[in-house]
Amino acid sequence: MATIQIGENEQHPDLALVASARTGDVHAFETLVNKYDRQIFRIAQHITQNREDAQDVVQDAFLKAYEKLDQFQGNSKFYTWLVRIAVNESLMRLRKRRTGKMVSIDDDIETEEGSVPRDLADWSPNPEQNYGQAELADILRKTIQGLPHGFRIVFVLRDVDGLSTEETAETLGLSVPAVKSRLLRARLQLRERLSRYFRKKKAGEK
Amino acid sequence: MTCTEFLALLDELIDDDVSAQTRSMLQEHLNGCEHCEVTLSTTRKTIEIYRSHEVYELPNSVRQRLHDAIMARCKNGC
Repeated sequence: MATIQIGENEQHPDLALVASARTGDVHAFETLVNKYDRQIFRIAQHITQNREDAQDVVQDAFLKAYEKLDQFQGNSKFYTWLVRIAVNESLMRLRKRRTGKMVSIDDDIETEEGSVPRDLADWSPNPEQNYGQAELADILRKTIQGLPHGFRIVFVLRDVDGLSTEETAETLGLSVPAVKSRLLRARLQLRERLSRYFRKKKAGEK
Repeated sequence: MTCTEFLALLDELIDDDVSAQTRSMLQEHLNGCEHCEVTLSTTRKTIEIYRSHEVYELPNSVRQRLHDAIMARCKNGC
């Protein structure tokens, strides 16, 4: 219940903005758009893997949130509620691209690849500094794109966006143990894949 | 503690979500296991790199266009 949480950790500043937006103050809503559009774009891009779709998701997710503001209960953060809308919109876009094939957050996760570390070479100190910004971004993009999207989205919400395990579970409609198991495998798979680029070179290796 | 047991607690260790007793058991394993030490340090680094580098930038021009579109519809009551 929202009333119980308020005493513990003060009211989240978003709640006042949401309340104003509900009374028709579009500038209050604009503040929320400004605050979260980059994160929503990032999440949408990670799920859809398509720039145009991700841009459409940003637009549709905020518009849907605005339409449904009355349904926002205030017992979760506005941001997690918004992410939930954006995840659903992204999955819908993905489904359209795959010509109607059902897409859920449970797809493609049977793989056991990467649950056990294989590449055990240590990395060079600050390995990212061996690459230019654009090259590094390319490596990071390619590496994370190779993950099943059910892992990728858990990693992005939990580790990049900084949501808690419980918030990630709530947002994706997954159980807490499912989020934990996916997070571990996502982290290990990313580590394994990045190791190809970042491992210390042996003497004589190019 | 075996490597498999260590690995099962890797996330809790990274997220600093372990009791003092478990932490000292994990530390003891790390002291004698180079493989797990590398796994831990490189996994931490993986998270740090993804956290500190934006993989998908939203260009300002696109951002502005999206804002304008969103706000125009909101002002019209969607």
